[in-house]
Amino acid sequence: MTVSVFKILGPVSDIPLGEGRSYTVDGHMIAVFRLRDGSLRAVDAVCPHKGGPLADGQIDNKVVVCPLHLNAWNLATGCSQSGQPPLAVYPVRVDGDQIVLGD
Amino acid sequence: MTERLVVIGNGMAGARTVEEILARDGDFTVTMFGDEPYGNYNRIMLSNLLAGVETEDGIFLNDLAWYADNGITLHAGTKIERIDRFAKVVYATDGTATPYDKLIIATGSSAWVPPIKGINNPHRGYHQGVFAFRTLDDTRGMIRYARDHERAVVIGGGLLGLEAARGLQNHVSHVTLLHAMGHLMNTQLDEKAGAMLRDSVENKLGIDVIVNAMTSEILGKDRVTGVKLGDGTVIDCDVVVVAAGIRPNTQVAANSDLTVERGIVVDDHMRAEGEEDIYVVGECAQHRGSLYGLVAPLWDQAKVLADHITGRDLTAAYHGSKLSTKLKVAGIDVASMGLKEPETDDDEVIVYNEPRKGVYKQIIIRDGILVGATLVGDNRKAAGLIQAFDRGTPLPDERAELLFDIGGPAGEITPEEMPDDAQVCNCNGVSKGAICGVVSDGCKTVGGVMEKTRAGKGCGTCKPLVQRIVEWAAGGEVEEDPAASWYVPGVPMPKPELMAAIRKYELKSVSSVFMKLVPGGEHDAKSKMGLASLLKMMWADEYVDERDARFINDRVHGNIQRDGTFSVVPQMKGGVTTPAQLRRIAEVAEKHQVPMVKLTGGQRIDLLGIPKEKLPEIWADLDMPSGYAYAKSFRTVKTCVGSDFCRFGVGDSTALGIALEERYQGLEGPGKMKLAVTGCPRNCAEAYVKDLGVVAIDGGKWEIYVGGAAGAHIRKGDLLTTVETAEEVIRLTGRFLQYYRENANWLERTYTFVPRIGVDRIREIVVDDADGIAAALDAAVEEAVQAYKDPWKERAEPATPGQFRTSLPLIVLPQVPVRS
Ligand code: SRM
Ligand SMILES: Cc1cc2nc3c(=O)[nH]c(=O)nc-3n(C[C@H](O)[C@H](O)[C@H](O)COP(=O)(O)OP(=O)(O)OC[C@H]3O[C@@H](n4cnc5c(N)ncnc54)[C@H](O)[C@@H]3O)c2cc1C
Ligand code: SF4
Ligand code: FES
Repeated sequence: MTVSVFKILGPVSDIPLGEGRSYTVDGHMIAVFRLRDGSLRAVDAVCPHKGGPLADGQIDNKVVVCPLHLNAWNLATGCSQSGQPPLAVYPVRVDGDQIVLGD
Repeated sequence: MTERLVVIGNGMAGARTVEEILARDGDFTVTMFGDEPYGNYNRIMLSNLLAGVETEDGIFLNDLAWYADNGITLHAGTKIERIDRFAKVVYATDGTATPYDKLIIATGSSAWVPPIKGINNPHRGYHQGVFAFRTLDDTRGMIRYARDHERAVVIGGGLLGLEAARGLQNHVSHVTLLHAMGHLMNTQLDEKAGAMLRDSVENKLGIDVIVNAMTSEILGKDRVTGVKLGDGTVIDCDVVVVAAGIRPNTQVAANSDLTVERGIVVDDHMRAEGEEDIYVVGECAQHRGSLYGLVAPLWDQAKVLADHITGRDLTAAYHGSKLSTKLKVAGIDVASMGLKEPETDDDEVIVYNEPRKGVYKQIIIRDGILVGATLVGDNRKAAGLIQAFDRGTPLPDERAELLFDIGGPAGEITPEEMPDDAQVCNCNGVSKGAICGVVSDGCKTVGGVMEKTRAGKGCGTCKPLVQRIVEWAAGGEVEEDPAASWYVPGVPMPKPELMAAIRKYELKSVSSVFMKLVPGGEHDAKSKMGLASLLKMMWADEYVDERDARFINDRVHGNIQRDGTFSVVPQMKGGVTTPAQLRRIAEVAEKHQVPMVKLTGGQRIDLLGIPKEKLPEIWADLDMPSGYAYAKSFRTVKTCVGSDFCRFGVGDSTALGIALEERYQGLEGPGKMKLAVTGCPRNCAEAYVKDLGVVAIDGGKWEIYVGGAAGAHIRKGDLLTTVETAEEVIRLTGRFLQYYRENANWLERTYTFVPRIGVDRIREIVVDDADGIAAALDAAVEEAVQAYKDPWKERAEPATPGQFRTSLPLIVLPQVPVRS
């Protein structure tokens, strides 16, 4: 799924390095992560396994690990590493000090 | 520059070595020659093919497409005759010449056929009806011929002969096994075990066995009609299979003036002696005087060879392998490793013998290390023993645990008996079929399979079964998981090395550990929590706390629940509360409409289903310290009423429990630490099954037990010592916990840690101070005690932006039912 409109989600400083926060965009829950290399990733906030809150998961520069049953997904492709359904991924970037969702 | 690599021999070692070279991005154009007209198949599985439990398609490891896909030129059905070491060319029997820059010889072995009268037909090679058992063609020929015949004789009562005999039963109605020595599998088994095996083979399988049988003649003119033994006995038969041993194929090397003794002599880099560019691998190689006839050593050799030839690691060296084997005959369990008999008077020998059931178990221990084991009739402990044998790990004090599953589930079934849809992991719902699927897709380490399926990643009790299934599914090709010894999966070091490196480079944050100690500086999400715990233990106040290194529970100081809410468990030391405290909890629960209030198994009260954003407010209203019901940390001290009220009480267990909890509250470690103090040996507080349990005994004394468990695993703790005073209990508790914190692996509870180290050794260190580190342990735990801060005080000012912001999706999730 792609998001057609640009959305400014708020200042980057809202997300501590290496953590994630959830945002509601057009009624859709999206988890945005700020990797330790400074870049951002955005994926569905709801874990496809059993609905866990992915923004509470731990990440590295590649994957997010869901806090409930520790399944892992690649943050860039949305593919699962442990046989779960894939996650939707969204384009996201930093503009100035703001988080911008969309290309 | 791309070099030309030529491989002679396209069997298990040759093909695996090429795979290892490809995995290291070796820059070669590869040409392989194989005498057999096929791609590479799993020779081990020929036994199963003969027994009809495996198909031909199922045993191919590298089909022709694999060679094409990897740009390898395969000359199948082409034999190499000679190497010109000076011109660097190999010559095939068909006259072609192929130049090389690097050469690998992997010619394996051939069946050894004793010089028995009549075994060869002067015109046709073997007499019609006589077969060796080494190749796919041998096996096909045997099956085709045996189908139309009735009685078979197998010459040779080793592993191969037994598997051949069992397999032939699938095709003929009667099988006799002849063995020249006094007992079966004499290379691996002592006399007693051999005799036990013979009973099972005869009675369970219905195969006739004759030992001390010297075959002197094959009878029959056009076709085999029988065999004659040295003592004149004649056994009627129409098929003969020879499984009397193997001889390495060294002819090519000998023709080319390489050093050949029993095998082709190699150095530690797997190079032919004195040769820069010629490597040798597999059964044809002779390393430090030893030849190997099993695949595990070949895998080790292939890795060293690949590291060296690609220049990845020019110091890579092969140091020989320890041998362990299992017999692949359904219904007859035999496993053996290392010594079959003790060698010195000091060797510790433990034997269990139950002839009625055909069970015989023997283990040989030297200096606390497993140096030999034999299991006949019951293989259930084989996996663990092989691991202990390979790695030389310390053994449990309770030696019986090596031979039996004590306290474990009785009557475990073997992987082959399990239906495909049998649930193996009861936490994550993983079936045997799912595990086998991942293995057949090429994942051959236990850790890798667990990672891919999540089997064994819940309570962990099914891990041994997962391991057995992976071993079975991989058909003896399980690869050792290098990560198994690492403290966390993303940093390639066991705990002691890791701690030394952290100290040396003064690494005080999780990201600095990744940066400095992981090749490429790659971060790993699954390693962060373990590293955070370790660094905090090592640096206390100096630890640089990166919040993203914490698991969500430790970021918000509660336990995440299935719907993303959290639980709040306030401290209630020793399980003792007051009316005022109860009133406050009741008021908070009512005010915030807490969905469930529950007494926990840890003797305190749990408020469940609290949204993240409400945590600070609830903590403030409660104004009680955190009970740490979420972290890998010191949890609770359960107590019983003790001497103040109970008519049997001989010690004040509640007071001591409260004192312990007050002192060690919040102490973090590699696993949870749950304690209990009980006022008499009736054990109402369950102290015998706690990480550390204290039992008051008559005379004003206290017993301290460590390593107990009554969770996913049940174990009675080991008595560490008996002391006179409560102060002594408090001091030794701190010392023991600190020793555990410093030395246990990540997530290793005391029920594994204590038996791993051995309670006698722990007593030496913790009670008797034999190593002189008691004072240091006391000081370290004192520092940690002083550093304690109640995390619920973070309510006043969040530690990070949005620390308590909800991550809950606004769509419907599984909701926890509200009970009124
Ligand atoms: C609340 C409680 C159940 C209850 O309602 O009574 C509980 C709840 C959980 N236990 Fe437990 N355990 C509770 C007492 C126990 C006990 C009994 C005890 O502490 O005396 C045991 C056996 C003793 C032991 O620890 O071995 C116990 C053995 C486990 C285990 C198995 C550990 C093991 O290695 O054998 C786990 C899983 C783990 O640690 O990985 C576990 C894990 C869990 C978790 C934290 C699962 C999780 O990671 O989310 C549960 C949290 C539920 C939630 O949503 O909050 N819980 N759990 C108990 C809290 C006690 C407390 O006050 O702190
Ligand atoms: C029935 C059976 C069951 C077994 N079960 C087990 C078991 O359970 N566990 C275990 O660990 N091991 C087992 N083994 C042993 C295992 O199969 C061998 O250790 C392993 O195959 C050796 O590998 P290799 O590459 O050295 O030799 P091979 O696999 O024999 O490969 C050598 C290849 O080189 C070819 N070759 C030889 N000379 C030349 C030449 N001059 N030119 C071109 N090609 C040549 C041969 O034709 C052959 O294909 C079993 C063996 C058999 C036969
Ligand atoms: S509370 Fe413990 S036993 Fe109960 S479901 Fe959760 S982990 Fe399992
Ligand atoms: S809900 Fe995410 S892994 Fe189970």
